[in-house]
Amino acid sequence: MLKDITLGQYFPGDTLVHRLDPRTKLVMTILYIVVLFLAKGPISYLAVFLFLAISIGVSRIRLKTILSGLKPILILILITAILNLLYNRGETVLLRFWRITITLEGVFTALTMALRIVMLIAGTLLLTYTTSPLQLTDGLEQLLNPLKKIHVPVHELSMMMSIALRFIPTLIEETDKIMNAQKARGAEFDTGNLIQKAKAMLPLLVPLFISAFRRADELATAMESRCYHGGEGRTKLKVLTMERRDWITLIVGLLMLALVIALRRLGL
Amino acid sequence: MNIIRTEKLDFEYDAESGRGLVLKELDLEIEEGSFVAILGHNGSGKSTLAKHMNAILLPTGGKVFVSGMDTSDEERLLEIRRTVGMVFQNPDNQIVANVVEDDVAFGPENIGIPTAEIRTRVDEALKAVGMYEYRNHAPHLLSGGQKQRVAIAGIIAMRPRCIVLDEPTAMLDPSGRREVLDTVHRLNRENGITVVLITHHMDECIDADRLIVMADGAIIADGSPREVFPQVELLRDTGMDVPATVGLAWELRKAGYDMPLDALSAEECAEALYRVFG
Ligand SMILES: Nc1ncnc2c1ncn2[C@@H]1O[C@H](COP(=O)(O)OP(=O)(O)OP(=O)(O)O)[C@@H](O)[C@H]1O
Ligand SMILES: [Mg+2]
Repeated sequence: MLKDITLGQYFPGDTLVHRLDPRTKLVMTILYIVVLFLAKGPISYLAVFLFLAISIGVSRIRLKTILSGLKPILILILITAILNLLYNRGETVLLRFWRITITLEGVFTALTMALRIVMLIAGTLLLTYTTSPLQLTDGLEQLLNPLKKIHVPVHELSMMMSIALRFIPTLIEETDKIMNAQKARGAEFDTGNLIQKAKAMLPLLVPLFISAFRRADELATAMESRCYHGGEGRTKLKVLTMERRDWITLIVGLLMLALVIALRRLGL
Repeated sequence: MNIIRTEKLDFEYDAESGRGLVLKELDLEIEEGSFVAILGHNGSGKSTLAKHMNAILLPTGGKVFVSGMDTSDEERLLEIRRTVGMVFQNPDNQIVANVVEDDVAFGPENIGIPTAEIRTRVDEALKAVGMYEYRNHAPHLLSGGQKQRVAIAGIIAMRPRCIVLDEPTAMLDPSGRREVLDTVHRLNRENGITVVLITHHMDECIDADRLIVMADGAIIADGSPREVFPQVELLRDTGMDVPATVGLAWELRKAGYDMPLDALSAEECAEALYRVFG
């Protein structure tokens, strides 16, 4: 059951989006988020939406996959929308009952907020769906490299991240095993209210933590014996290279930024 | 030539605890190119000794030399570790990356091998353990034996002269065990890599050039398997068993039959039985 967790899931492929350098994709994702928050009027939103739609189309990631990735935040979207609907002080009253007033402006903000969150998540999902975790951490390390000058342990952080990603499936498998072992001895994980369920999880955590610490210890020894000594003097099997397609993509990104800023000026 | 040599090696984990020495004045020389098996009861100090062979642990007394280099010489730490590689019991806890070939590349990356050469080394190492077709797989989807072979490839890619394996088959099923042992024997035979195999399985020691038995932090028997296994009483006194073949011969001798104690493999034992009873 735990195997269904799709954390940081990657769908291998060979499309333009897949082949882009992870640094390009990271920068584009950041640009995209900035643009999304700069967008004001319907035309800007339409432009950003088109950009997202084209990217998803090119990546051949199925719409269904993206939608199922959005499911966990459905509640968040709903709450944001409802709050915006209720607390907006607009002029054009559409509906008034009890102490609640719903205005046209309220409906509009609620919709844009919901749209914004959906597009935000969909964009970042596209990044993780088309980039392997290792590429992602590699790209992040390269991008953050200048921070080394101010003593940010960039290499160590990215190593930690990639090891965490490497161990997620192992730990999930282990959790499954421990759960089954405890189920066999009469533990119940699926019944009762939330508090009872949480309590049932507790005896799971102790063995899980103990084994995680043991694993960490053994892994550290194994890494050391394989000559790991930090990032200094390290080479790479897979070196990241910026191709023409990366530069073109980045230019497209900057153009979009310019466009949205211009539209914002015009109030569109 | 010796690849590993210890001189009066003493070691204790925690001087304050007063639990005493884990390794006691241990003298050992391992010939380059040989296949050495180490047996010993639980807690006899096998893993502790293994960790001295590539400077994961440093002696509290005495010295350890790897190819003439003193392991306490920090300047040469990387050189020592690339000369002697270690494979551990649990394959899950020594695989670093989430793609097989990236994991094999980890060692060479650490010692600063140029990118193009890492590629050739990784491919070579994966072929040497028969895992080349799996180079783009996720390690957690492989079987235990396959994972352990990937771990071995990760060591070979550093081109070590010696591999120390600490109970590499303990978590594997029989077919996984076979895969790993065949791989290790082939590396020893064909590439001349020295192998130190720590194990609990008697039958894994039979094909070794040399068998060392440890008890309570000291070596109590050392020689070819044919010389060591017949010392049934010594082995059983320290809480170990002997291969089934030797056990059978021992019982038959006690019953008055003239069975040789050094017929280790099943075939040899069968032949001896045939001679004695035939
Ligand atoms: N990290 C440690 N800290 C303190 N004591 C330890 C540590 N590791 C091992 N020991 C102790 O050192 C002794 C030798 O342990 P070691 O792991 O070398 O034995 P071993 O022969 O490998 O045993 P096994 O067959 O169980 O693997 C044991 O008494 C053990 O309790
Ligand atoms: Mg051990």
